[in-house]
Amino acid sequence: MPEPTRPLHLSVALDRPGTYAAEPYVEAARLAERGRFDFVTLGDSFGPPRRGRGRLDALAVLARVAPATERIGLVPTVTTTHTEPFHVSSALATLDWASRGRAGWTVEVSTDDREAAVFGRREAPDAWAAWREAEAVADVVARLWDSWEDDAEIRDVASGRFVDRDKLHHVDFEGPGFSVRGPSIVPRPPQGRPVVAVDATAPAAQATAARHADVAYVRVGNPDDPRAAHAVRAARGDLRQRARAHGRDPGGHGGRLVVLASLPVALHAAADAVALADLVDRWYTDGVADGFHFRPQDPDRDLALLVDGTVPVLQHRGLLRGFYPGSTLREHLCLARPANRYATVRETTVRETA
Amino acid sequence: MTTRKRMHLAAHFPGVNNTTVWADPRAGSQIDFSSFEHLARVAERGLFDFFFLAEGLRLREHKGRLHDLDVVGRPESVTVLNALAAVTERLGLAATVNATFNEPYELARRLASLDHLSGGRAAWNVVTSSDAFTGENFRRGGYLDRADRYTRAAEFVATARELWDSWLPHSSGADGTPRPFVHRGRHFSVSGTFDVPRSPQGHPVVIQAGDSEEGREFAASAADVVFTRHGTLEAGRAFYADVKGRLAAYGRRPEELKIMPGVTFVLGDTAAEAQEKADVIREQQVSPQTAILTLEQVWGRDLSAYDPDGPLPDVDPDPEGRLTQGRVPLGDPFAVAAKWRALSEAKGLSIRQTVIEATGRQSFIGTPRQVAARMDEFVTEEAADGFILVPHLTPGGLDDFVERVVPLLQERGAFRAEHSGSTLRDHLGLPLPVWKG
Repeated sequence: MPEPTRPLHLSVALDRPGTYAAEPYVEAARLAERGRFDFVTLGDSFGPPRRGRGRLDALAVLARVAPATERIGLVPTVTTTHTEPFHVSSALATLDWASRGRAGWTVEVSTDDREAAVFGRREAPDAWAAWREAEAVADVVARLWDSWEDDAEIRDVASGRFVDRDKLHHVDFEGPGFSVRGPSIVPRPPQGRPVVAVDATAPAAQATAARHADVAYVRVGNPDDPRAAHAVRAARGDLRQRARAHGRDPGGHGGRLVVLASLPVALHAAADAVALADLVDRWYTDGVADGFHFRPQDPDRDLALLVDGTVPVLQHRGLLRGFYPGSTLREHLCLARPANRYATVRETTVRETA
Repeated sequence: MTTRKRMHLAAHFPGVNNTTVWADPRAGSQIDFSSFEHLARVAERGLFDFFFLAEGLRLREHKGRLHDLDVVGRPESVTVLNALAAVTERLGLAATVNATFNEPYELARRLASLDHLSGGRAAWNVVTSSDAFTGENFRRGGYLDRADRYTRAAEFVATARELWDSWLPHSSGADGTPRPFVHRGRHFSVSGTFDVPRSPQGHPVVIQAGDSEEGREFAASAADVVFTRHGTLEAGRAFYADVKGRLAAYGRRPEELKIMPGVTFVLGDTAAEAQEKADVIREQQVSPQTAILTLEQVWGRDLSAYDPDGPLPDVDPDPEGRLTQGRVPLGDPFAVAAKWRALSEAKGLSIRQTVIEATGRQSFIGTPRQVAARMDEFVTEEAADGFILVPHLTPGGLDDFVERVVPLLQERGAFRAEHSGSTLRDHLGLPLPVWKG
């Protein structure tokens, strides 16, 4: 089986409302891992249950999944509107430690009045205000991940020092309606920064995606609509252009932005799985997207057909790798481990004063 | 006939105090998941009731700089415990989470999620914080009056329980039906529909830590377990009687609240060997630098010019000179200083020796048989219902205890020979909470 030079990125949503035990999530993640998906996602919100079916905290579920899997990336949704940025940063860094470098974060906002009412602290903001705040939260969370340099822990017995405190940094961040002093309580996680993902379908989310996301999803309602591929291609082009405006190199190693077409899937037979592989092949070969995020209609049926039907076809055609070449989510996504912004500051200062 | 009183045991992951010895060659990572997994698996092998994680929300500072002599940094508790649920089957999983810097809906949901994902093993150690120093990391920031800390914590716990009770249970044992909730109180005004069904334990176990008057009353009214610290049998008995005596006022029976002091231990093949090891550990815990820092905490002055192997300073403490932030003061500085001077003069101790002597020795030192007997005595004499063991080494600090002491406790009939149930409430002998719809 030939190995592709430019990897196709595949991910799948594990959402299964009304499931509260760990096992179905663990089994699904293992199955996706067998299919060599880059990562699984799990959505979350503070909204009410739908049709009597509730959901668990997404980050909790994927933390439970982490020790039961080895390679697959784990990307929960964590919202920014009613949560504490400091806690969000700590929990995601901890997921990265518990998964040994496989954590990601889908940034999401809460704009519903019902979400605001369960906190009772503020009115629900509109989407634009919520995403402006989310952008600031994504910024401070990344700063908190950087607030420990990688080699801050020294355990120097002679001087009695556990850490070199010059390598821990206050972040002193002022955001809209919040401020954070830092440093993080959690040492810098294995990936430096867990992978940040944003659903960039809504216009209000696009600035955050262009600035802070490593992965952007572009939602497609109906993949069979002949205009769908064009819409995704246009959205990808727009996001990459906006990323460049922020000084990023969206196709390169520094500042890379992976744009995934997020498709609903409902696979009823092997033929459907092959048809999906054809679509993936076509879109990917045409440069429509860097990969795909599948949203199964039926979590059991569709994932099984994706892994046993769609994936083998793509591997056979040399589009999809048959193994994980790396061990962290960043490695799966060809994202460089980010340099620590505070380490750079110090080196520059030293150079200037030298 | 009375049944033999059996103790409960919990394992505290070694934390960010100077009791955790990081300089020992056997000391492993304080952050790698493998360290947490090792300690949790050992605790489960030892049939412990639960595994306990403390919390930190601001790195401590001393003289305006980050405190660098002790372990610094740790993971976020609830996330680690969800991961540990994957590698353990019976062990309870207790997270310390602050009631001041969280909101009831979100935290109730996270704890209910942990309880579901672990099959009924979640516990929440409720702590409160009032300091603006910690608040600088949070939206709510600011300062909460000491009196308000416990009213907020009590209302927080009550609100969480309303959420945990909000689904209408289904007679067939299915997940039940979500129902709207409304809570209008002094600290929280929230309404909506909780999206997690009642969890396997009904309510996660609630732990309260802290010995203050407000803390005791809060424990008596709302907690399932008290995490306390009482060195002597006599002090433990007094605390035990006091707290258990408060339960009746809340319509609760004494066995509905378990009192578990945090304790340390050192084992040796002989009593003399154990004592020698204990002395070495105390020296590791109080390095020369830590001795000076501890002194500075009391004196409120920069004492970096003093020799840790020399005599105590003759200057008096500066009660205004608060050099340390993010940790609890050791008490009235003049009283502490006077006590330490007297100790130093009476025994001819240096600064470091004084700090070693004055800041606490290990709770149980001896052969495994001596330690087992002494722990059993605390329980049968009603100074405790069990213990939260605080090892001094990560991750192997509990290995010897489980290997050598647990079998002796079992042999005495002082500790279980197997887990009789699967939830933490089962282990602690706590009933399922009554559903209050």
